[in-house]
Amino acid sequence: GVLERSREQLLRQTCEAVVLGVLHPRTAISLVLQVLSDAGSLLSCCLNAACMALLDAGLPLAALFCGVTCALQPDGTILLDPTARQEQEARAILTFAISSSERKVLMSTTKGSCSVEEMQQCLAAAQRAATTIFQFYRDSVRRRYSKS
Amino acid sequence: FFFLSRTVEPLEYYRRFLKENCRPDGRELGEFRTTTYLFSSGSITTADGSALVKLGNTTVICGVKAELAAPAVDSANKGYIVPNIELPSLCAERFRSGPPGEEAQAASQFIADVIENSQMIVKEDLCIANGKLAWVLYCDIICLDYDGNLLDASVFALLAALKNVQLPLVTINEETGLSEVNLKQKNPLTIRKHPVATSFAIFDDTLLIVDPTAEEEDLATGTVTIVTDEEGRLCSVHKPGGSPLTGAKLQDCITRAITRHKEVKKLIDKVIKSITPK
Repeated sequence: GVLERSREQLLRQTCEAVVLGVLHPRTAISLVLQVLSDAGSLLSCCLNAACMALLDAGLPLAALFCGVTCALQPDGTILLDPTARQEQEARAILTFAISSSERKVLMSTTKGSCSVEEMQQCLAAAQRAATTIFQFYRDSVRRRYSKS
Repeated sequence: FFFLSRTVEPLEYYRRFLKENCRPDGRELGEFRTTTYLFSSGSITTADGSALVKLGNTTVICGVKAELAAPAVDSANKGYIVPNIELPSLCAERFRSGPPGEEAQAASQFIADVIENSQMIVKEDLCIANGKLAWVLYCDIICLDYDGNLLDASVFALLAALKNVQLPLVTINEETGLSEVNLKQKNPLTIRKHPVATSFAIFDDTLLIVDPTAEEEDLATGTVTIVTDEEGRLCSVHKPGGSPLTGAKLQDCITRAITRHKEVKKLIDKVIKSITPK
């Protein structure tokens, strides 16, 4: 449906921004994501999966990216990586794709409305959380290549 | 002496202008195209509300049709708003006839999200009788001429068309249980918020230009669309991939979007005032 098309557009353009397509002319890179279970923060999970898959494929990337979802609860507190229940109760959900170079914003999509300050706070929290996710990528890749 | 051609090397051609802080059509980097809109309560006489918006050459028409339906079981007190954006092959060469392409579908989803996020129309207001009858607003947005910045024009056309909608009074007859539509008594819709979209194109990973034309969109390395409402709240920060931006650049876009909102609101108010003696 339209929602899937919209998600595909977000993912595709995020990947296009980091993959060095110039090094692979006349090549199609096909990224297939199959949702096995959705317990909240689906879009950022897809982004993380996409990046790790691109890493695993050995494609040349300009930077890594990770997805972080922030939920703004009714009382104003910011919750990272919300569950489905927390997403429903939140008054705004912001999903960012953060790049590994200087923690810049690659992709942003929001649900619900929030003030400008709240958005900046969520972005700052997401950028801090990105460090943890990139560390996870590093550990995973290290584990994978230490066996062989 | 080497002459740069717009068709042979479009990017270099554009860069020459951007270096001087302007664009080939004479605008500055932060300048919008002339926004005009017509919403004589008969852009489309068969629709319940309609508006035609032109942003430079980009022309978008929105028609709203109201129908009656039974509300969904899990939300018995809510009506429906169904937006749909069509990019027919007449608006630009790149669109072929057939099922809607990805751009049209993504744009439709964006509009649905803007309506939901901004709460411009509260679905509970569309309910007539709890569990039995509610309004369905079909909002069809058709692009007649595509010259970039579709999202801004569509949001504006939608807002203008909804402001134009007159819904007849519907009552449910106690004895027969059937609905009675009183076409003589019409009321406008309650529009709670007025969201306005502002789009930017990112050039060469650093420059932000406002209100891109189709040519600029093709040469750009990314786009950002910010939707704000009259209270300065963000209804949407839509950046579908593209060049990465720092938080500061994003904040710059938001500030400009808030300024743009004030201009557009003035435009809407001016036109409404001119047609109010109805």
